[in-house]
Amino acid sequence: MYTPAIVAEAMVNGLLTGAVYALVALGLTLVYGVLHIINFAHGALLTCAMFAVWAASELLGINVYLAIPPLALIFLALGYALQRFVIGPASRGDDANTLLVTLGLSIAIENALLAAFKSDTRTLSGDAAFDVVELGPMLLSRPRLIGFAVALVVALLLWALLRRTDSGKAIRAVAREKMGASLMGIDVRHIYALTFGIGCACLAVAAGLLLPTFYVTPRVGQAFVLVAFTIVVLGGMGSVAGALLGGLLIGVVESLGGLLLGESLGQAGIFVIFILVLLLRPTGLFGARA
Amino acid sequence: MLEITGLRTGYGQTEIIRGLDLAIAPGQIVAVLGANGVGKTTLNKALSGLLPIWSGTIQFEGSSLAGATPADIVAAGLIHVPEGRKIFPNMSVLENLELGSYRRARLHRRTNLDRAFTIFPRLRDRASQMAGTLSGGEQQMLAIGRGLMAEPRLLILDEPSLGLSPLLVEEMFTLIRTLNQEGLTIMLVEQNVVQSLDIADHATILENGQCSIQGPAAELAANPALRRAYLGL
Repeated sequence: MYTPAIVAEAMVNGLLTGAVYALVALGLTLVYGVLHIINFAHGALLTCAMFAVWAASELLGINVYLAIPPLALIFLALGYALQRFVIGPASRGDDANTLLVTLGLSIAIENALLAAFKSDTRTLSGDAAFDVVELGPMLLSRPRLIGFAVALVVALLLWALLRRTDSGKAIRAVAREKMGASLMGIDVRHIYALTFGIGCACLAVAAGLLLPTFYVTPRVGQAFVLVAFTIVVLGGMGSVAGALLGGLLIGVVESLGGLLLGESLGQAGIFVIFILVLLLRPTGLFGARA
Repeated sequence: MLEITGLRTGYGQTEIIRGLDLAIAPGQIVAVLGANGVGKTTLNKALSGLLPIWSGTIQFEGSSLAGATPADIVAAGLIHVPEGRKIFPNMSVLENLELGSYRRARLHRRTNLDRAFTIFPRLRDRASQMAGTLSGGEQQMLAIGRGLMAEPRLLILDEPSLGLSPLLVEEMFTLIRTLNQEGLTIMLVEQNVVQSLDIADHATILENGQCSIQGPAAELAANPALRRAYLGL
């Protein structure tokens, strides 16, 4: 069997990865909670963000971590525009249309990336991915530690935004009472677009945190989004706290699964959890409604 | 202050308001009365920009509301406290009130919060409680308090007495009168004909999407046709 030290290290590594998963899930759950749509373009947008990070680092020579803030702003604007001028108008207020529009967007984005970059696997050059930090008996990957810290800070910022600012309060108001919000002079279309933009900004940050230890191909986002969906369902659809906790939990499950079953079967544990949650607690850990 | 002429609107193809005329002078309480389904709430939705105006005009303080968004209308000071309250159940009482000043009077938020808490001391006690856990009466107070946070020039109250106990209804009408005496112009949309006519200056009876009878409230209260139809006398 494995020594406790190895298991502990696997758990910590799982937490580190899980925080970045949580960031991907945060964007998904926020958009679901406010717009009540499942954004099928989430994975493609993550891929986009990862290519943007790759391009910033490899073509422009910007440090990955310094590239995150401007890319987050660019993706905020991009997401805002997508919802305001494409998804919103094209879906004409019908949720079924929104599903098709976001699915269509994801196909268009993926194929555009495929045409532009081919299906080659790209990684960041340099050996920063192999930097390790010694923490007691454990050897931890430095980029993952940074990813963990940044993801938690972003989650905290998001929480503060939703709790402390007027825009954040307006987002929460629109999530539950659209008409009441309109009558307070809250522009619902603006709030929808802002929420979608914040979801995309989360993806840009996640992309910057993932890329130092991961690769990018035109379909890479899908793998993360499957995990993100599991996290959202586990945490409760629309719950920000649920996404964070669910992300950490799923990270640990994947890491322990990898340790016990072998790296390639690590994700099997995630889907076992997914099925169990659907069977036993379909509203998720923090879900309010059935 | 508000002047509606020949207003027509409705949902989809269905016309609900069929050529309605109504005027409200500053400082008044104008009661808009009528049974269920005559178009009272539809009229309010058109006034607050939630429904498009098919034809006719709405002038608020001299400017047309044609094509105005709900946000424009709130910014102009026409505040609508809707039927069913439409408070934010997932947010605290304090946050609900704060959002009342999202578009208008944001700089006066502190003062207006104090004022709302003075008018509704019960809301101060429950400031950090989730609005969805309040009683019906408290939710109505919150909805009105939230509306007052925007410093309305004209306040539309849609069925403020709906679902309240007789004692609370009495309290609500007293409050509406007090707000009016402090200078607020109010359009009171109600099914509760007796008490509304009691506090209103002017009243109009809505029937089939039009105003059938209009006049000073005292005159309407004495109108034999009206007494038969609405007061059962």
